[in-house]
Amino acid sequence: MIDKNISSCATAVADIKDGDTVMIGGFGEAGSPIELIHALIDHGAKDLTVINNNTGSGRVGLAALIENNQVAKMICSYPRTANSLVFPELYRNNKIQLELVPQGTLAERIRAGGAGVPAFYTKTSVGTPLAKGKEIRNFDGHDYVMERSLKADFALIKAKCADRYGNLIFNKTARNFAPIMAMAATNTLVQVNQVVALGDINPEHVVTPGIFVNRIIEVANPQQESQLVKDGVVYPPMNKVAGE
Amino acid sequence: MNQSVSKAAQENAKNAKPERDMQQVGWNREQMAKRCAQDIEDGSYVNLGIGIPEKVAQYVPDGREVIYHTENGLLGMGTAPSEDELDPDLINAGKKPVTAIPGASYFHHGDSFAMIRGNHIDVCVLGAMQVSAKGDLANWSTGAADAIPAVGGAMDLVAGVKTIYIITQHTTKNGEAKILPECTFPLTGQGVVSRIYSDLAVIDVTAQGLVLTELAPEVSFEYVQARTGVELINALG
Repeated sequence: MIDKNISSCATAVADIKDGDTVMIGGFGEAGSPIELIHALIDHGAKDLTVINNNTGSGRVGLAALIENNQVAKMICSYPRTANSLVFPELYRNNKIQLELVPQGTLAERIRAGGAGVPAFYTKTSVGTPLAKGKEIRNFDGHDYVMERSLKADFALIKAKCADRYGNLIFNKTARNFAPIMAMAATNTLVQVNQVVALGDINPEHVVTPGIFVNRIIEVANPQQESQLVKDGVVYPPMNKVAGE
Repeated sequence: MNQSVSKAAQENAKNAKPERDMQQVGWNREQMAKRCAQDIEDGSYVNLGIGIPEKVAQYVPDGREVIYHTENGLLGMGTAPSEDELDPDLINAGKKPVTAIPGASYFHHGDSFAMIRGNHIDVCVLGAMQVSAKGDLANWSTGAADAIPAVGGAMDLVAGVKTIYIITQHTTKNGEAKILPECTFPLTGQGVVSRIYSDLAVIDVTAQGLVLTELAPEVSFEYVQARTGVELINALG
């Protein structure tokens, strides 16, 4: 019997260890698995390397994980956005490391990690500071830079719908990094709006096949990051008391 | 192409009149976007950068069918949504809410950047901090030590999209040239720019050098040359 359903986000994240590498899905708030991130904050694993396109906004979700001093290093393409308050301050004070990666290179490094490809060559970043120290190789008259793949101990992602095998479908542009992160992590944890019966997802419509998924947690009505930021929510709430 | 350029120039000249009070010389932001839009061909797949480039979509001439790509995972991006249509799961690369047209498709980041890096996107329009005589582009960092570096998809776009158009003010706010022999800011890509649409002129990047093909109304070649760090070739004679 295969049943990847887990009863709670807390149970799902319980074996994330200090020092682990964690991929977190989402582009801005679209696809951000906020309930899983909050469970990881409650769990408390530290010295994490986190891979996400951004660094979160406000003081919830990924930004709250960073604010809670659980992240030693961020690997991302765009660490500042309109409401990113937490990361810039820590970065300026040398309290967090940053590996800046072009967005497509980030995606391809993750895809390669999931596909068993240790490295690849790309034109992206040739002649720029982001190619510094990397191997350059000429193919057919053009220079390419070698990039290493990325893997993770855990991926935390969000999907719209899953069955107990872990087959997934997503919602619009909230898909973004989730399918490739699911491939690149040893343990892929998925919060889904709805778990359906086997066969309810048309096999032609499956976006991420269940083989890439380890744990499913049903979160029927997930919180929306932008709404929490607008409402001035701070996670965990005790940080607000301590900080103000 | 020449015909469409001159037609566009006439149209812009005509439309420039009511805007004269807003700006002393040259095209304003809307007019720069409109001028660039004349060169977006029917049937093309286009990625528009944040800022003035985003405005290009609203000025593509009627009768041309253009598919907009946004690198966070949508082909067939539509206009901004109404209040009822707002969906936080449907956004563009600037993280603003958008809509999807009938015939749109969603895909993950690996596929989205394969479209870019695999040379499947026809045109990308971006802003610039600096452009060099050889078409090098700097548009992601001033290299300042205290800045938080952020690159996003800019390096992938310039490396992979077939044609890169730049829309930019001709000079900085302080009047310094942005078109230079070499970029002094960190590069986004080398030899990637095809054409520059500034507030003063349209300039093509060619093997012979930078060729000025069009002037904004009431702007002279000498006026543009005086604000450019590179010697321009005047195609207008």
